[in-house]
Amino acid sequence: MFRLEKRPQPSQFWTLLTPIIAVVATMIAGGLLFALLGKAPIEAIRTIFWDPLFSEFAWYYRPQILIKAAPLILIGIGLSLGFRAGVWNIGAEGQFILGAIFGAGAGLAFYPADYWFIFPLMVIAGAFGGMLWALIPALLKTRFGTNEILVSLMLVYVAEHILSSVSFGLLKNPEGHGFPGSRNLQQYEAASNAEIIAGTGIHWGVIAALLAVIAAYVLLNRHIIGYQIRLTGQAPRAARFAGVRPNLLIIFCMGLSGALAGVAGMFEVAGPMGQISVDFNQGLGFTAIIVAFLGRLHPVGILFAGMLLALTSVGGDIAQSNLGLPAASIKAFQGMLLFFILASDVLSNFRVRIGTAETA
Amino acid sequence: MDLSTINPVVLIATLMVAATPILLAATGELVAEKSGVLNLGVEGMMITGAICGFAVAVETGSPFFGFIAAAIGGALLSLIFGVLTQILLANQVATGLALTLFGLGLSALLGQSYAGIKPPSTFKLDMPLISDIPVLGPILFNHDLMVYVSIGLVALVWAALKYSRIGLVVRAVGENHEAAHALGYKVVRIRLLAIMFGGACAGLGGAYLSLIRVPQWTEGMTAGAGWIALAIVVFGSWKPWRVLLGAYLFGGVTGLQLNLQVAGADIPVEYLSMAPYLITIIVLVIMSADKSRAALSAPASLGKVFHATS
Repeated sequence: MFRLEKRPQPSQFWTLLTPIIAVVATMIAGGLLFALLGKAPIEAIRTIFWDPLFSEFAWYYRPQILIKAAPLILIGIGLSLGFRAGVWNIGAEGQFILGAIFGAGAGLAFYPADYWFIFPLMVIAGAFGGMLWALIPALLKTRFGTNEILVSLMLVYVAEHILSSVSFGLLKNPEGHGFPGSRNLQQYEAASNAEIIAGTGIHWGVIAALLAVIAAYVLLNRHIIGYQIRLTGQAPRAARFAGVRPNLLIIFCMGLSGALAGVAGMFEVAGPMGQISVDFNQGLGFTAIIVAFLGRLHPVGILFAGMLLALTSVGGDIAQSNLGLPAASIKAFQGMLLFFILASDVLSNFRVRIGTAETA
Repeated sequence: MDLSTINPVVLIATLMVAATPILLAATGELVAEKSGVLNLGVEGMMITGAICGFAVAVETGSPFFGFIAAAIGGALLSLIFGVLTQILLANQVATGLALTLFGLGLSALLGQSYAGIKPPSTFKLDMPLISDIPVLGPILFNHDLMVYVSIGLVALVWAALKYSRIGLVVRAVGENHEAAHALGYKVVRIRLLAIMFGGACAGLGGAYLSLIRVPQWTEGMTAGAGWIALAIVVFGSWKPWRVLLGAYLFGGVTGLQLNLQVAGADIPVEYLSMAPYLITIIVLVIMSADKSRAALSAPASLGKVFHATS
């Protein structure tokens, strides 16, 4: 048998290596899963990981990866700050929806006027909407000690019902022939989050995601709040003695992650999705949790993890149309990835010794 | 709106049905949490149970085998969580989330060819004389078997935790794993068993949804029931009968909300459908506001990683 010996501090080497181990393990386990479904495993893995980047249609898929990665990175960055400090905001999906509703609402309020400030206003409204939704669990946590995990998660379902309510009511397209869903923002230039450079997939959300990575890096490494976040995560009691105010930190982490999720929702509704509709959300808020962990809660790691998860999403779509792989299998695949990353964490926190312990 | 269409007797009878899946899952989670494990994967285990139960019931034509398969499916899935958190010492919150995400994907994958099928119907208690007693008949003696099983399970868990040696050991492990370990109890083994019990119960709860309550298979059909079960455990202060009360109160809210929709209340459907989630939040706030009580009733080692050093 093997036994585990706690390392005095997590191994740098293994911390960097574990995501790669996890991805390889997921490929193997995923291949087995696809084989069980009666699909050629190697072909399926190649379609998911290779084709979006290097196949003959890669010119189409590569921009898609950026488009899909942007919201994942934005949300993942926000979540990682909280996760580091032991603040578990898992309702990013709901904050994403609220951000989209607020953002789209702010834009549509001016329809069909054409002012320069409409789009920036939508960004602010989106951030505000997401932050508002995240501050509910934050304030309940700080005021009453209510579990933020359950409250933020419950609010996802509430947000989904609000989404369907506004698609049928408040934001419904008056010229939509009675169909649910808002006006298409892509056709409303002042509010549209269009591609900045044609054919690259780069829209304002991608720029914002990159800025968020840099800002989070600076915050964590060069700013007192980042220090407090790291300290609280590693030693909550020590943090308190060092003058960290836990309640303020909870509000900061939740509010910021909510704002980032909200902004992501706003960029999504104004760009790739185009409109508020009943099935607007596709679980990006949950996939971002995987992104945050796969990226080791580190801004640069999250950048890569977001790209990787976006790659598997795009690849999954290709596999779905080319190989008839069920859409759900890619979700199971991504869930597996999170298992493997969590499992391989043991290598960075512990030394594995073979053989039984000699009795002291 | 016509409130007279809401019949209190029917409402109570339906609330028991609405509450049963959550009650089953919450009872299982209660045992896991009593042993000191916070498994946030209830939703994933429930939905996996829902599809395992549904698929096996359709293939064999027997709901009984369906429920057995659901319990096994839920327990197997929870074993992944068990291995990760107990043996590989992974963070319980993150692993629980992973279990939910994976369970939702896996169930959608398994359930592809089962959408739109009607499952075999389940045995329903219908005793000619007793079931016809006004008021009491429909409430007490006119349900499917699983409603009684779930109540029996609560009684069993209550008695086991309170009076049996096994219950005492589980509680000891949950309150102070270092001390339990020093006394020679196998902390990891006991927790793995508690986790699997929780998984099996969540699986049963999921199968109740797909086989009896709805009855149909649709992707993501649990719609947060697993998370509500987690909230109910907090609401019940980790006491089995209070968990039952919480589940039935919650079932009542769901039932009333559906009844109001049917009665044509002036409130839009979306707002009525939100009610169960909002009420869960309110209940959580009320429970946690009383800080001294919340801190006393939660198992002391809940969610903490146990690493035997000697």
